[in-house]
Amino acid sequence: MTVHPLPGHGGSGCREGSPVTTDSGIPVAVVYTGQDLPGGEPALAARLGRPGEPPFTRGPYPTMYRGQLWTMRQFAGFGAPEHTNQRFRFLLARGQTALSVAFDLPTQLGYDSGSPLAIAEVGRVGVAIDTAADMAEVFAGIPLDQVSVNFTINATAPIILATYLVAAERSGVPFRALTGTLQNDILKEFLARKAYLYPPGPSLRLVTDVVEFSSKELPRFNPISVTGYHAREAGCDAVQELALTMASAIAYCEAFLARGLDFDQFAPRLSFHFATTLDLFEEVAKLRAARRMWHRVATERFGARSPASARLRFFSGNSGTTLTAQQPLNNVIRSTLQCLGAVLGGAQSIHVMGYDEAYEIPSEEAVTLSLRTQQIIALESGVARTADPLAGSYYVERLTDELESRATAVMDEIEELGGAAAAIEAGIPQRWIAESAYRAERDLASGARPKVGVNVYADEEPTPAAASVSEVDPLAGARQAERTARRMAERDKREHTNALIRLADDTRAGRNVMPALIGAARADATVGEMADVFRDAFGEFTEPAPW
Amino acid sequence: MTGATSPRQARILLAKPGLDGHDRGLKVIAFALRDAGAEVIYLGLRQPAAAIVAAAVAEDVDLIGISVLSGAHLPLARQILAERAGRGAAQIPVVVGGTIPAGDVGPLLDMGVDAVYPVGSPLPEVVAGLLRLAVREGAA
Repeated sequence: MTVHPLPGHGGSGCREGSPVTTDSGIPVAVVYTGQDLPGGEPALAARLGRPGEPPFTRGPYPTMYRGQLWTMRQFAGFGAPEHTNQRFRFLLARGQTALSVAFDLPTQLGYDSGSPLAIAEVGRVGVAIDTAADMAEVFAGIPLDQVSVNFTINATAPIILATYLVAAERSGVPFRALTGTLQNDILKEFLARKAYLYPPGPSLRLVTDVVEFSSKELPRFNPISVTGYHAREAGCDAVQELALTMASAIAYCEAFLARGLDFDQFAPRLSFHFATTLDLFEEVAKLRAARRMWHRVATERFGARSPASARLRFFSGNSGTTLTAQQPLNNVIRSTLQCLGAVLGGAQSIHVMGYDEAYEIPSEEAVTLSLRTQQIIALESGVARTADPLAGSYYVERLTDELESRATAVMDEIEELGGAAAAIEAGIPQRWIAESAYRAERDLASGARPKVGVNVYADEEPTPAAASVSEVDPLAGARQAERTARRMAERDKREHTNALIRLADDTRAGRNVMPALIGAARADATVGEMADVFRDAFGEFTEPAPW
Repeated sequence: MTGATSPRQARILLAKPGLDGHDRGLKVIAFALRDAGAEVIYLGLRQPAAAIVAAAVAEDVDLIGISVLSGAHLPLARQILAERAGRGAAQIPVVVGGTIPAGDVGPLLDMGVDAVYPVGSPLPEVVAGLLRLAVREGAA
């Protein structure tokens, strides 16, 4: 019988002899008291406000989840359109309240399924979309005026939005009735997610085209989701995540203002996206700090007149990098804690990772469990009964203040580099991210940060391989390419050519590309053809070396 | 000579083939190999198989390491091995890392990949394994 002593300082999660800190390196005391809140109770009340009131620290809405639960939005998509449609119906039948589409890499990067560059990747990390007809098939039988849809798409966001609008139109749903969110955050692609396509300048112009079009034609739709999630997943800490998200939001707002848009017209429809990882209190504090920081940016920097312009709403994605391939069922517990953190942080919508996500496309069993995790927290745990239940906790308030001030310092640093776009173009935050990812991996290897089932309580024998891996049908790509080729042969040649000529003209003339894209999608132009028009006009971006 | 180590630094080429942009893992490996004394040629994202092998030959590397998290590891590894054979560079070992399901490790090794490090492989083990392969081949 072996007895395993607890590693490190009791339950601190830190190694004996090293300082006890949060995951982002903020020192943590053994106990917190009222002395830790500068200015005492009255000053705290001013920093918090009430839920639904400036500075929105306690949440964007007065009644929070009593008024409306968060949206349960599992990210899904793989194979051909019909496979994804099946998965969506499966999720809706189990009580999911909204949809979130994952696209395959060729779609994200503007290649049709038949392209030689696409062959190995069709339908693997998401669904393959070549034309508006594919988009219609993804949503077949799903009422688009009743279900809000999130699109994780960036470099080709305007193109994909156009195919979605045409699919909705063909099903009889007017543009104005559509609800949902287009990720459309290109800066974080250069920063962390790396599905960029065109150089930063023209990319920002396309983001702005979408926001301008949306502010007129899609009143219920969020045309951008400013995202810290991917930088966090790529390695940065909670402080940097906050700072990079705010700095990116500033860069976008400046671009939209330069286009002549009115801040109070677009700002209420900006949405945000944060990771929620495992350091529960730090994550809750981060989300509370984010709302307070955005309120300050919106009012002080941009002179917001409407409270809705300064009210941050966000989607929380659980962190895939916290999950392990070893002892995969442990991931259920990790995901539950992360979902709880998002709820205590006041998220508007949540995705919970599948426990098998470290090594495969989540199985039906795993996605059901993810959804059930959300439902159990919502309906059985009681945590949703009152708004911002951790407010007034000495520790959480202290951490909220600390995250805000540290993140503000990093924002200043980014500002000195010329703002988010310039800093990212120079590759500087990319280096922060790569370095902290390396530090985290060394901490894992040395045991400085315990990971159950990996560097503590690991199995002698590795976990047996998952019996069934959700494999993508190897012929799906060829079938999809064939189907698209057939559609291309059937379309009205003149209408198609004219639509692409108009798109090229509008692109070069600097006009908003959305109307021409919608025209092209109506004429069954493919995603690849539309992306090529932009490639011809803008060229493609190549990343500079990491050192 | 058994047990002899190459007098020169191991030269290791790292690249991401295909369209996948998840480069956290590969950059971690790059940093760790440099700290372990290797010379790293980092090609980066979206590299065609032909470009990877051409760079490996031109840079006279001791090992090619690729990382794939999109699930396209089987066809992409096959392309790289075919390019390697086509250029008569079979002596350069090829190592694959990333989201590799357990069931695909065997097929990768069978097609001629020299080692596979699926997600969850401990960093020191990956670094030691890469250096062992690079040095052995470099000294041969």
